Amino acid sequence: MQKFSAFSLARQAVGRHLGWRPQWRSAAPKPSYDIIIVGGGGHGLGAAYYLAKQHGLRNIAVVERGWLAGGNTARNTTIIRSNYLFEQSSSYYEHALKLWEGLSEELNYNVMFSQRGCLMVAHTVHDVQVFKRHVYANRLNGIDNEWLTPEETKAFCPPLNISPNIRYPVLGAALQRRAGTARHDAVAWGFARAASDLGVDIIENCEVTGIDRDPSGKVTGVQTTRGPIRAGKIGVSAAGHSSVVLAMAGIRLPLQVNPLQALVSEPVKPAFPCVVMSNTIHAYISQSDKGEMVIGAGTDSYVSYTQRGGLHIPAHTLEAICELVPDFRRLRMLRSWGGITDNTPDRSPITAKTSVPGLYVNCGWGTGGFKATPGAANLFAWTIARDEPHPINAPFTIERFRDGTLIDEAAAAAVAH
Amino acid sequence: MLLIDCPYCGPRAEIEFAYGGEAHIARPAADVSEAEWAAFLYLRDNTKGVLAERWRHSHGCGRFFNALRDTRTDRFHAFYEIGTPRPDVGDAA
Amino acid sequence: MSGAFRLAGRGRIDTTRPVVFRFDGRMVRGYAGDTVASALLAEGRHLMGRSFKYHRPRGPVSAGSDEPNALIGVGEGGRYTPNLRATQVEIHDGMVAVSQNRAPSLRFDIGALNTLAAPLLPAGFYYKTFMWPRGFWDKVYEPLIRRAAGLGRAPTEPDPDHYALHYAHCDVLVAGGGPAGLAAALAAGQAGARVILCDENAEFGGSLLADTYSLIDGLPGGEWVARIVAELERLPNVQLLTRCSAFNYGPHNMVALNQRLADHLATPPAHMPRERIWQVRAREVVLAAGALERVLVFEGNDRPGIMLASAARTYLHRYGVACGRKAVVVTADDAAYRVALDLAEAGVKIAAIADLRSTPGGPLVEAVRARGIEILPATTIQRAHGHLRVTGAELAPVGADGGVGKGRTVSCDLVLMSGGFTPSLHLHSQARGALRFDDALGVYLPGESIERVRSAGSCRGMFALDDVLRDGVAAGLAATGGKSGPEWAVTRQDAPGTGGFAGALPRRGPGHLALAFVDFQNDVTAKDVKLAVREGFRSIEHVKRYTTTGMATDQGKGSNVNALAIVSNVLGRRPEEIGLTTYRPPYTPVTFGAFAGHARGDQFDPLRLPPMDAWARAQGAVFEDVGLWRRARYFPRVGEDMAAAVARECRAVRAAAGIFDASTLGKIEVAGPDAAEFMNRFYVNVWTKLGVGKCRYGLVCRDSGFVYDDGVVGRIAADRFHVTTTTGGAAGVLNMMEDYLQTEWADLDVWLTSITEEWAVIALQGPRARDILAPLVDGLDISAGAMPHMTLREGSIGGVPMRLFRVSFTGELGYEINVPSSQAQAVWDRVWQAGASLGLTPYGTEAMHVLRAEKGYLIVGQETDGTMTPADVGCGWAVSKVKPDFIGKRALALPAMYAPDRLQMVGVLTDDPRTMLEEGMQLVTAAETPIPTSAEGHVTSSYFSPALGRSIAIAMVKGGRGRMGAALYALRLDGPALKVTLVDPVFYDPEGARLNG
Repeated sequence: MQKFSAFSLARQAVGRHLGWRPQWRSAAPKPSYDIIIVGGGGHGLGAAYYLAKQHGLRNIAVVERGWLAGGNTARNTTIIRSNYLFEQSSSYYEHALKLWEGLSEELNYNVMFSQRGCLMVAHTVHDVQVFKRHVYANRLNGIDNEWLTPEETKAFCPPLNISPNIRYPVLGAALQRRAGTARHDAVAWGFARAASDLGVDIIENCEVTGIDRDPSGKVTGVQTTRGPIRAGKIGVSAAGHSSVVLAMAGIRLPLQVNPLQALVSEPVKPAFPCVVMSNTIHAYISQSDKGEMVIGAGTDSYVSYTQRGGLHIPAHTLEAICELVPDFRRLRMLRSWGGITDNTPDRSPITAKTSVPGLYVNCGWGTGGFKATPGAANLFAWTIARDEPHPINAPFTIERFRDGTLIDEAAAAAVAH
Repeated sequence: MLLIDCPYCGPRAEIEFAYGGEAHIARPAADVSEAEWAAFLYLRDNTKGVLAERWRHSHGCGRFFNALRDTRTDRFHAFYEIGTPRPDVGDAA
Repeated sequence: MSGAFRLAGRGRIDTTRPVVFRFDGRMVRGYAGDTVASALLAEGRHLMGRSFKYHRPRGPVSAGSDEPNALIGVGEGGRYTPNLRATQVEIHDGMVAVSQNRAPSLRFDIGALNTLAAPLLPAGFYYKTFMWPRGFWDKVYEPLIRRAAGLGRAPTEPDPDHYALHYAHCDVLVAGGGPAGLAAALAAGQAGARVILCDENAEFGGSLLADTYSLIDGLPGGEWVARIVAELERLPNVQLLTRCSAFNYGPHNMVALNQRLADHLATPPAHMPRERIWQVRAREVVLAAGALERVLVFEGNDRPGIMLASAARTYLHRYGVACGRKAVVVTADDAAYRVALDLAEAGVKIAAIADLRSTPGGPLVEAVRARGIEILPATTIQRAHGHLRVTGAELAPVGADGGVGKGRTVSCDLVLMSGGFTPSLHLHSQARGALRFDDALGVYLPGESIERVRSAGSCRGMFALDDVLRDGVAAGLAATGGKSGPEWAVTRQDAPGTGGFAGALPRRGPGHLALAFVDFQNDVTAKDVKLAVREGFRSIEHVKRYTTTGMATDQGKGSNVNALAIVSNVLGRRPEEIGLTTYRPPYTPVTFGAFAGHARGDQFDPLRLPPMDAWARAQGAVFEDVGLWRRARYFPRVGEDMAAAVARECRAVRAAAGIFDASTLGKIEVAGPDAAEFMNRFYVNVWTKLGVGKCRYGLVCRDSGFVYDDGVVGRIAADRFHVTTTTGGAAGVLNMMEDYLQTEWADLDVWLTSITEEWAVIALQGPRARDILAPLVDGLDISAGAMPHMTLREGSIGGVPMRLFRVSFTGELGYEINVPSSQAQAVWDRVWQAGASLGLTPYGTEAMHVLRAEKGYLIVGQETDGTMTPADVGCGWAVSKVKPDFIGKRALALPAMYAPDRLQMVGVLTDDPRTMLEEGMQLVTAAETPIPTSAEGHVTSSYFSPALGRSIAIAMVKGGRGRMGAALYALRLDGPALKVTLVDPVFYDPEGARLNG
């Protein structure tokens, strides 16, 4: 792997940048692998990396039906935080956040993790109760989260309108200072590069069309648009298409996909210092390093794989943004897009073994998968390598729905982004 | 914004409707196994293709009805009343 | 004439109406009809902006919405708007415009030093560095990068303007008012269809406005346009929208338009919205979006004074501006020859035409040759000279083998380039229409679409004017089913060009240091694109993301095809194997405020006001938002804070009586022969044995077994229940009832009616409640014996129909007086007067919460969080053991639902009665707890109880009901943990004596 640094950049500049090599090997499928990861997004590439790096496995392939990291990795609003309510959730996201904090060095790839803080703004007495419960619960779990008055909120994020006379005044906010954003594409590319360097085959334009199993039911490989590939274990990390892939092994999942839309403004000079989320009025916003305001909209209600939704959804979000930050009313929407979120009934993910031996699944991340990327990848790799979950992801099974042991962040705190 | 053809009111904009999820999922009796109950509550085909789904004209007549929609394109292929069988439209896109 | 480059007698500007505006503080004179760009060009000024990364000096490359370079800030104060295209901004008197992304000035920008560092700043350089030392990224490097990036500054004052949103339906929406669009609209309009025609420009006509050569029915372009527009205006079924961009093509032919109404006016009327968004549901859509000329990619192609040939023609014919004195034309296509002829005829010297094609020919070429203009076939432009303005073009021959020979430099102040025309596919592609690559034209064209849409004219690769007009008519007819449409004779036109070029121009030498821009605004060079491919980014989406090409505010309108061609060349693969990046809405940027429309301030969300809201306001109440409702929280008297007011209100209820507007309670009437059976199936409780005139507390679970809602239900008649729900749960419960009734229980004969708005609820609570109420009700015996707790009576109060519930959420003797909302205030006034001498006191939601907490009554949504069973919150008694089925029954039988360590509702008391717990506090077993640790539970409600004279709290604690008397510790954010004792959650009057009094 070519080392990335200011020095290597300068040296390559002398050579007119002709010496750079591909960041990852574009591999053709071999007949057989020990482990195949289905889905070349951040989670899948990361899982392959950790399988190679931490579990000493080498004969691994990641198969991706389109271009690498072209799904939700490329479409999210890059927010990273771990201040979830339930201990199971916050432990999982905190595991991810700790990995984020060292990820650029770990991968020798600047993923631009920017811990600029995330404000969750409260607009009602009920919001205050819920967010304070978050603050207390997070402290107990060693996760930073603090309560700000409206004035402190304004001081942390000056463009916010805290006038008491607006429709939903700001009554305060929960602040996680270690939260922030990262460059979404870079995470996937960084994992791809590092995994490839450890021998992982990254195979693009390779869609899985079937899962092969032996008479005992154990998986033996996959059928793909580039031919059959044998595999000892298969880890499915296919986000919105998890239901489609798992159905090939006869498994139905507690999943429903919905369009989720997001948008950016035209770029402007730095004007918004942190991440702000408001569940009550359905808005979240941060400013990218390029200067665009990155704004997440809500989900459309219906099942769809089209990667688009109705304009009324982002329009409603912009109504909220214009109330929250009235100075931004004359900014302009530059680009909007949609993704496919895979939602479980309790809005918590599944990172688990399945009922089929040798088949593992990491899905159900809904609107919150990006922030979990290194954590989910790391624990999914553990689960595949050891054929048992890590204690952190042990509660995140498919069976919790049968057993009634849900981890219902959605019910507890409205929408979890 | 989808255009939804309510069987009772005619075509209306999506904002008049509430989504009701996958259709033709019968609620089992209370003595089924835990797995069967969980399947009823939570497991869904999440079809990529023609999906039978429920809508309610919540800001109109208030009625629930079923629709066939291709989730690859969002194109509707049929609207039909609750309790009637799923029309056969093949795998049209 | 103002402006040295203004040509008398040309253009469509109104030279009788001079306009003065400011640019970077300097006065600029133009005319009505000018844009900022055309007015500055008329002064001979091309330098209008600085680029994103290298801060390169830039001038306009286009004359329209595809402009990547000439971005300016316009307006002052709250009306300041960044990043507008100078090529689109229409000037008016007093307008103030500024350049952007430069310091200290546009001519001397310190940021241009970045160009010197360009070798160190190739595509994606930031992924490879700024990693050391750890932690420096977001503290040191990132702030520097953020300051350098970002184009214009953000507004810092609220926008005083307002915006509108409009929904419309039509038979045919025609997007684009050039020749194809006008023809389609007229054909459809004459066929009787309801037509909406929109165009992003200030006037219809598109390319025809800059076409003085072609003749339609003997008329030059502009005059023909005027005739057609006049015909369209006469059709009442046609709506014409200028300054109106179709920007979003959604599912099922829902197209959004952005209409700019006020910005071009010096003093817009106060009532006029600045912009309006149209959401148009169209039966059929005709896309007549036109085609955009492609830039050429060569070294120094970004120097001010280098522009698209078609743009120079537009400046000439629409604005009467010559963009320079001496021009070099570089082209791969015939259209630029017409531009050269027009400019030459207007007095601009055409120094040379470099044609990339080896044998340019045809009538246009011959006409140019005949004029004595030098044509250099098989010639490329090696590089452009100049800094703030182009000063020369180095033209070099291209050999048969593709090699480039030594060239010569031609001095000039204008370079016109044309790589041919790219059809605008944005809307077609947004509608998920397929695209197909056309080898002959070398561009993508629209393919099949699942929407009812058709493209017409040059946006589908049709370039000869007569073809375009016929295609427009055909599209208009096809959209309407019309048989015949208008016909016109095109008596003079240029033949459609052949050729075209995409990618980086051939050059001599490797050009490692050359900056040949693909994406002007984002400073993405051909080298950057090649580097991305070298580093393994082979999908066009990867190239876009790694280099940021096509991600600037023009969204790649000018750059995407060139980037695609470069990747295609490097990889040796055909363009269609590489694909195009997804076209993403909006077509051009749209103001946030326009999306918000009137949904601002009080109009942001509907505000639901309970019937006694005005009364509460007159009493000086403090309010809170509860869902969409605004509810009185407490009624402070002079000098009282919230705690004092709430304590007084609570004492009044316990000692005398309180009056409370409970109208926000959800109310549903369940009626029909099977009403009782429906209630039995829906609620966890049993209803069949509830007598008429009796009430019962009802609990609703989901089929997951978790508590969903609660409320008192009264039986009005054998076949009729008056159901109440929580304030927030009303809509959800009704929807859930309808769901089960319509889709699961078709055997039941039941009707459901929301009566929330119909019945206002006046809660009268306290030991004197009966004394106050008894004289008011008409002939109704409400004595304790006649109307005990949990009963209801129908009757009237002062002649007003009434449903009177004897219920209590305070633990006191209480009534909820249901009267029609329209007469509620009158009834309230009567009760209020009757109670005046008996100490009747209004109370708000806060006192209501305290009073219910003293009694240990739960609030769904406060004690519960969607993961609680009835037993968890102490309501296991309500769950029927005998019913064969009800919603939640099966799930409540799961072992996990009665596990011993489930969270259970308990009371908690601090040692010090003055110490208040905070809601949300976590409870643990030891005062000193290592972090992280697991909680034993958490506080859900905490108040100071005036009745008990101490703090009280409710908590959910693991196995809590079996731990009465045990001690736990509540963790504080600062300070030592607080010891608390678990107690029964009913703090006050546990026997219920007061309730039944």
